[in-house]
Amino acid sequence: MSGQKHLLDVRGLKEYFPVKSGMLNKMLLKAVDDVSFTIDEGETLGLVGESGCGKTTVGRTLLYLYKPTAGEVYFDGQLVTEKNIGDFRKDMQIVFQDPYSSLNPRMTVADIIGEPLDIHKLYSSKKERADRIAELLTLVGLNSEHANRYAHEFSGGQRQRIGIARALAVNPRFIVCDEPVSALDVSIQAQIINTFEDLQQKLGIAYLFIAHDLLVVQHMSRRIAVMYLGRIVEIGPAGDIIGSPVHPYTESLISAIPMPDPETARHKHRIILEGDVPSPLRMPKGCPFRTRCRYATKECEESRPELKEIAPDRFVACHNR
Amino acid sequence: MSDYNPNIPPKKRPFSLQLDPAKFEPATDEEKAQQEVMRESTTFFRDGMRKLFHNPLAVGSMIVLLVILVTIVIAPLIVPYSYSGMITVDGKRDKSAKNLPPFTYSKLEQQAIDNGETVFPHIFGTDELCRDYFIRVIYGARVSLSVGFFASLIVLIIGLLYGSIAGYAGGRTDLIMMRIVDIIYSLPDTLMVILLSVVLDQLLGQSLQNTALASIGPNMLSMFAVFGLLYWVGMARLVRGQILSIKNNEYVLAAQAMGAKPGRIIRRHILPNCMSVIIISTALQIPSAIFTESFLSFIGLGVQAPMPSLGSLANSARQALQAYPYKMIFPAVGICLIVLSFNLLGDGLRDAFDPKLRK
Repeated sequence: MSGQKHLLDVRGLKEYFPVKSGMLNKMLLKAVDDVSFTIDEGETLGLVGESGCGKTTVGRTLLYLYKPTAGEVYFDGQLVTEKNIGDFRKDMQIVFQDPYSSLNPRMTVADIIGEPLDIHKLYSSKKERADRIAELLTLVGLNSEHANRYAHEFSGGQRQRIGIARALAVNPRFIVCDEPVSALDVSIQAQIINTFEDLQQKLGIAYLFIAHDLLVVQHMSRRIAVMYLGRIVEIGPAGDIIGSPVHPYTESLISAIPMPDPETARHKHRIILEGDVPSPLRMPKGCPFRTRCRYATKECEESRPELKEIAPDRFVACHNR
Repeated sequence: MSDYNPNIPPKKRPFSLQLDPAKFEPATDEEKAQQEVMRESTTFFRDGMRKLFHNPLAVGSMIVLLVILVTIVIAPLIVPYSYSGMITVDGKRDKSAKNLPPFTYSKLEQQAIDNGETVFPHIFGTDELCRDYFIRVIYGARVSLSVGFFASLIVLIIGLLYGSIAGYAGGRTDLIMMRIVDIIYSLPDTLMVILLSVVLDQLLGQSLQNTALASIGPNMLSMFAVFGLLYWVGMARLVRGQILSIKNNEYVLAAQAMGAKPGRIIRRHILPNCMSVIIISTALQIPSAIFTESFLSFIGLGVQAPMPSLGSLANSARQALQAYPYKMIFPAVGICLIVLSFNLLGDGLRDAFDPKLRK
């Protein structure tokens, strides 16, 4: 891989958090362990996995909101480091999960959206700033007259749109969407997802779309990556992942998708995983999934499976496939 | 069914749920426009002020404080007596004006009045050294209020700086700074106040002679120092806690993702969000400082004679409590009014501005 042709190239990203256990004992919580993926210009990569598997940490670490323990992030062929991250802040943005805590309650909408403009000095006059804010509000489907209100005067969906407008203010080429719809109800989810898609078509932005709703991710993404306990276990084109999952964990995830049609749902075979997710502080030896896997063998206990290509653009980390 | 006509609504039957289709017509543009009532946008501050002014207790205490403030500013300009000197009549010191009850005149003054002169009445009477008691209570309130105000200011500045550094830096810095706070917090504060004011009194008394600060008096300064050294810890803890909780909000992360520098994050995002809690706690700090000052003056460690304070006035009145009970009442009522008003005002501020109590 040259790193030249992709917009974003994440290689071997690791994020370990020190956790205190007991008086002096310090343990490492491996929130993200050796994650690599690429995203092309204007593409959406879906990132799914259950709660606590490190999806959000991946998104935040690659933006250097957390300092990565190891690994490299290339943006547009350039290595991003802690020192030069300031130059990339304009190109990489993030939309947060919780539309309530992600907007400062003491700022008007105009100030929230205008802050990135202020920081990067993207305007030459007050009028230009106001015009840009109005333009952004219209772009995300809000009334530009709302600029002088406070965030608490809006509903959840509207607040999420404000968050999107703030991310768009600097004309980014890549946005981390950190579960942007999971705090919203279904009808609003659809609106926000459509907004994301429209923006991608209009502006050609690439997304890392983090979610735990597989149907939403399938709808949004060209490719999907499945995470389990800080690692990517399967990555490939969205249709293939949903249609014919290979990794046993993906298999069970897919089988858990609620079916809108009760007739199909009745005949569906659900794979129910046994046991709990192992604590990330005490990872099982070998394959992290083997404690809950139906196909676990001796080999799984001994060595950790690496991602291997089983079809073009399709990688799975499993010994038995 | 044969004579069914879709344009005529069917006849209503008494027990059926037949609906009138006219009620389901789409709204006209005019009707839609009526629904679009834009709520007036209010700021957090304006909203809080509106709530504060709807709280009768807070408004009442603000009025009381305002009256006290105006009185202690204006009264010394009107009343012709001084807080430190004896009453004089025609340039002569009036030794008969000792321990007068309110609104009475001494023999010399009575003579002067009989001669056609006007003598300003002793509203609260006089004390045992023939000084006008009203002006002494006024000056006492001045001292008490300024001690309360400046002590809270010192506490606010030190606590805010210390707490925000500890909270924002986090990690080891936070750990060490907060252990220091814990140590100061665990000292018995009354004892420390007494010891410190004795020690500081002597140290400052010598070094202050012939300086501008001498007029304030070493006791007052040592009292400020005591507050600055001891009482900031509560404020530091409060500020640190606020900053810790606000620092983890996603809007701070969003600002970091935008490329905002730490200074901007503290100024624009963190401080405005913990300001209300800090202001409230400062307002509640004032009465506690006034109370401590009164207490220190009462046990004789407060302001230096002849400068009165409400506490020292109460103390000297205690000695002649049975003969002249009114001398105890005036400073005691003064302390009560001031402390009560500040406490009620602080409560009102909290109800109006504390984000956790907002509906």
